[in-house]
Amino acid sequence: MIKTTKLTKYYGKARGIVDLDLTVAQGEFFGFIGPNGAGKSTTIRTLLGLIAPTAGSAKIFGKDVTKEKEFILRNTGYLPSEALFYQGMKVKDVLKLSADLRKTDCGAEAKLLCERLQLDTARNIDDLSFGNRKKVAIVCALQHRPELLVLDEPTGGLDPLMQKEFFDILRERNNAGATILLSSHVLSEIQRNCTRAAIIRDGRIIACDSVDVLSRTRAKRITVHGRIDLEQLGGIRDRKEAKDSVSFLYSGDMGSLLRALASGQVNDLTVTEPDLDEIFLHYYETGGETV
Amino acid sequence: MTLVKHELRQGKTSLLIWTASIGFLLVICIFLFPEMKGQMEGVNDVFASMGSFTQAFGMDRLNFGTLIGFYAVECGNILGLGGAFFAALCAAGILSKEEKDKTAEFLLTHPVSRKRILTEKLIAVLIQITAMNIMIYAFAAGSIAAVGEEIPWKEISLMHLAYYLLQIELAGICFGISAFLRKGSAGIGLGLAAMMYFLNLIANIADAAGFLKYITPFGYCEAADIVSNGRLDGVMVAIGAVIGISGIMIAYLKYTKKDIQ
Repeated sequence: MIKTTKLTKYYGKARGIVDLDLTVAQGEFFGFIGPNGAGKSTTIRTLLGLIAPTAGSAKIFGKDVTKEKEFILRNTGYLPSEALFYQGMKVKDVLKLSADLRKTDCGAEAKLLCERLQLDTARNIDDLSFGNRKKVAIVCALQHRPELLVLDEPTGGLDPLMQKEFFDILRERNNAGATILLSSHVLSEIQRNCTRAAIIRDGRIIACDSVDVLSRTRAKRITVHGRIDLEQLGGIRDRKEAKDSVSFLYSGDMGSLLRALASGQVNDLTVTEPDLDEIFLHYYETGGETV
Repeated sequence: MTLVKHELRQGKTSLLIWTASIGFLLVICIFLFPEMKGQMEGVNDVFASMGSFTQAFGMDRLNFGTLIGFYAVECGNILGLGGAFFAALCAAGILSKEEKDKTAEFLLTHPVSRKRILTEKLIAVLIQITAMNIMIYAFAAGSIAAVGEEIPWKEISLMHLAYYLLQIELAGICFGISAFLRKGSAGIGLGLAAMMYFLNLIANIADAAGFLKYITPFGYCEAADIVSNGRLDGVMVAIGAVIGISGIMIAYLKYTKKDIQ
C-alpha cells in the first residue's frame, strides 16, 4: 500500500528524513511514532506530495507520489495535525468545498460523521475551538470513504470521549478494509489501536515491528515512596534514589514487581508511561533492533 | 471551477470595498467638474506653469478646462493608482495566502493538480479585475451623463482599457511573485504598484529617464498621449503583455514544484 525506498528529504542543509524505508501493507493499522521534529510530518508531507523528496522514492497504491499525486489523493484522506480552514466559512461550506474538490457528493456520510462527533455544521469556522476544528478536519478526511487514511497527531484537542468515538470510527473503517497510517507521539494510542508500528528518531527508522513485539521492550516509570527491596528484581534501569523514595524504569515481569512491592513498605506508588526520550534511550541501550 | 467560485466568494468583500472606494472618488471628482469648469481659465495657466510637476502629470498637454482633460488628470490618477493597488494586492496574495493562513495543507491534499489550482486562481483574479473595471466604467459614464456633459466615448474607453491592461499586467507580475511568497504579500504588491506609478512620473519629468515608460505599465496609460493620439501605444502594450505573461509563466514553473510548508 505504502512503500518508501531510501526516501530522503533535506530542507536546505537541515535534516528532514534520511534513507527512510517503510512498508505498510493493505488493511494495516500502522503506527508511526517519534518525538517532535523526528521526521514524522516530513514523511507524511512527502507521501502526500506537499513536498518533493531530495532522494529516494515513495509509492502509494503502487503509484509514484510525485508523478501520480492526483490519483493517490483521490483515494486518500488526510488529517493534518493543525486543522486550519478558510476564514468566514461555515462548517457545512467547508465540508461541501472539500467534497466538491473531490468531485464527489458525500453529504450522507458527512451527516453521519457529524452526528457521531457531535459537530454543529451551521457554525462558523472562526468561532470553533481547536477540538471542534479538529472534528471538521476529521470529517473532511473521512467523508469520501478513502482507501487510505493518513492521520498526523489526530487526537490533539479532542476530549477523551471524542477520542474514543474517533478511534471507534477508525477501527470500523479498518475492519471495512481501509489502510490507516497513524502518526503520534502518544505511545498508548499506538499500542491500543495499531497492529504494526515504526519508531522514527532523528529522521531515521530505528525500529519497525508488530506492536506486540515493540511493547515487550516497553518500560514503565515506577516511583515508590517507602522502603522496598529491589535487589531481587531484574529489568530495572535509570534508578534514581531520593530521601525516602526511589524511581526507576521497569521492563521486567509485573508479577515480580508486585510481589516485591507487597513485601516492602509502600506509602505511595505511581506508575506512569515513560516519556519518549526514555523509550528511545531504551531502544538504544537494548540495541539489536534496527538502529 | 470549484476553486474559482471559492476564490470569488472569499474575495467578494475586498472587491466590493475597492470598487466602491474607487467608484466613489471617481464620481465625486466628476461631480466637481461643472463647478470647476467656469474657473478653469485661470487654473489652467497655473497648472501649466508648475514646471516638472506639470510635466509629471501630463498637464502641459491636457486642457484642464475640458471634461476629458480634467477626467484624464483627476480621475485617471485615482483609477490608475486604485486599480493598480487592487490588482496587485489581489494577485500577490492569491497563492501565498494559502501558506500564510495555513490552508495549503487542506487545499493541496485534495486531488487537484497544482496546475489546475494555478489556473483556477488566475481566472478568479482576472474575473475580479474585470468585474471591478466594468463597474467603474459604468460609474464613470453614468456620472458624466449625470452632470450633463457629453460623454467622450472613445477617449474614456481607451483610458479605461489602458488601465484595465495595466491591472492585468501588474496582476501577472504579482501572480509570479506570489508563487515564491510564504507570508506578507500585501507590502510587496502595494510597493510594486507604487513603484511603477512613480517610475512613470520620473519618466515624464526627465527626458533621460524616458525609457522607463517602456518598463512601467503606467507608460501606456498616459492620458495625454491617449487623448492626443487617439490610440494606445502598441509597442508599450506589447512589452507589457510579455512582462505580464512572463510573471504568470514563472508562477506555473515555481508553484508546480514548490515545497509547501
